[in-house]
Amino acid sequence: MSALLEVRELVKYFPVKSGLFGRTVGYVKAVDGVSFKVHENTVFSLVGESGSGKTTTLKCILKLIEPTSGEILLEGRNVLKLRRREVKWFRRNVQAVFQNPFLSLNPRMKVKDLIVESIKTHADMTDAEVLRRVNDLLAMVGLPSTLANQYPPSLSGGQAQRVAIARALSIEPKLLLLDEPTSALDVSVQAQILNLLVELKERLKLTYVLVTHDLSVVGYLSDYVAVMYLGRIMEVGSIDEVFNDPRHPYTQALLSSIPEPDPNARKLRNKLALPGEPPSPINPPRGCRLSSRCLYASSDCVIEEPDLIKVSDSHYVRCIRASENHLLGASS
Amino acid sequence: MIAMFKQYLNAMRRNPMGLIGLIIVSSFVVMGLLAPYILTRPEDAWGLTYDVGKRFKPPSLEHLFGTDECGRDVFNRVLLGTRFSLMVGVGVVALSLAIGIPIGLAAGYVGGKLGTALMRVTDMFLAFPPLLLAIALAATFGRGLFNTMLALSLSWWPWYSRLIYIQASSVKSMPFVDAAKVVGLSELRIMFRHVLPNVLTPVITQATLDIGSAILEASALSFLGIGVPPPIPEWGLLVSSGWQTVSRAWWISFFPGLFIVVTVLGFNLLGDVVKELMDPRLRNLMAMRRMRL
Repeated sequence: MSALLEVRELVKYFPVKSGLFGRTVGYVKAVDGVSFKVHENTVFSLVGESGSGKTTTLKCILKLIEPTSGEILLEGRNVLKLRRREVKWFRRNVQAVFQNPFLSLNPRMKVKDLIVESIKTHADMTDAEVLRRVNDLLAMVGLPSTLANQYPPSLSGGQAQRVAIARALSIEPKLLLLDEPTSALDVSVQAQILNLLVELKERLKLTYVLVTHDLSVVGYLSDYVAVMYLGRIMEVGSIDEVFNDPRHPYTQALLSSIPEPDPNARKLRNKLALPGEPPSPINPPRGCRLSSRCLYASSDCVIEEPDLIKVSDSHYVRCIRASENHLLGASS
Repeated sequence: MIAMFKQYLNAMRRNPMGLIGLIIVSSFVVMGLLAPYILTRPEDAWGLTYDVGKRFKPPSLEHLFGTDECGRDVFNRVLLGTRFSLMVGVGVVALSLAIGIPIGLAAGYVGGKLGTALMRVTDMFLAFPPLLLAIALAATFGRGLFNTMLALSLSWWPWYSRLIYIQASSVKSMPFVDAAKVVGLSELRIMFRHVLPNVLTPVITQATLDIGSAILEASALSFLGIGVPPPIPEWGLLVSSGWQTVSRAWWISFFPGLFIVVTVLGFNLLGDVVKELMDPRLRNLMAMRRMRL
């Protein structure tokens, strides 16, 4: 099965400048060699705490920032080396929904105009057809057509995010990138938006790449998940394997931080909080990047950074003790 | 539209001085527009007459504001002058916006070397004391209504350009600009449809306040004899023409001067309301309340 989207050895360093003449004194290694494949009609999630490089990865895929090196392939074509007309093809196939709809929708444009604008950029339609399409799209995301003449600041958070989704889908993309699509919304609205996303995925045969720090969202929506830490993928695999049999100590710690509503279950579970703060991405620790905080780190861990080690065909871990870790984990 | 009007009414209620400003400005605009139809002595107003017998008559019922050194009715001249002074005020601001907005927008949104180059040119203009630059330019261009406007605009636009530049360079990193790029819009469209409407607020406020100052500076140029040429009854020129005889015929300078003061005051009061209406903090506060941050 060939992948719809493939990311190969993606690297993004941001120079750190200092002094009067802006001399480069170092680099923030935001993304440091990330590779993954996303297959059609699946949901691939990137999770990790702030500063892990998940949003930078997403911005590189969206061509909003230029990566330092690496390749991004959409249907086998390198996205970073597109000619002008091909960029249009890329934009038609890849759309995004951002975190805060009040910031990602121009407050000075009507809902209708925002959607019309994106339709007209990619399709030749008469005004009547465009208008019908706007109404269809609003209905598809569960909004009344009367909303079309309002400005985004007068909408509720959930409505605004639905508008953002409608705009993203207006040009019938294959791939939809979701950057924390629910974290700016009220909890009561989050579930509605997630359900809408699931429903739309089935109906329109969409593929999602989801970036989030909210593991319950990942568990609900994803087929595959990659756990990022300091610009690297630490563990990647199908959602069942990673969530039920986490091999990396970092994944185990992340999973144990999901709030457990049942107090009885809470007692049974080990809390595996990592000590300290993530180290600076300008100067990541030698060897394994987690070694400075890992509960199981040994002297071997700081010698060399481990490669991704195969656990099964759909499960890889970047930890030298991967084979024994499942005994320690939060899976118990 | 109705919502905006309501907002406006509310702002007026909070700020009654703004209402006074609005009344002053609109009555001057009406006066300027209707001037040719309400003049009692149009030849006097246009400065075509000369009557030795009527020189230096003090204000009376026949000549409300008296007569000048050529025996022309000052009231008529001041009334017709409204049009020219308002035209200069609005014209200068409009021309300055036309130069300043594209330069500031391009510098702020595109940034990089182009942005630096554009802003250094702007800084060069800003380095001159504004009226001094306008005087130098006006003297070079020669007298004339349009030349006066041009000279003032060329010394005025850098302020707008700076204001837009600062706004645009912060707005360009807003997520909705990223979103517009993802949709695949052209850079020009993003600049004018997405960035520009979101940076105009402080400029509109500033422009309203500036119309008064522009009238004042145009008057200053005319007063110095390098602005609007006689016999056009521009207010600054009228003040200047009565200057030498002010000790025995104060009314020739006084009334046009009073009109200048009242108009400028009107625009300043109006500008204050516009500022309140468009205050970004006030708007942000409302937006934040919606986001429940």
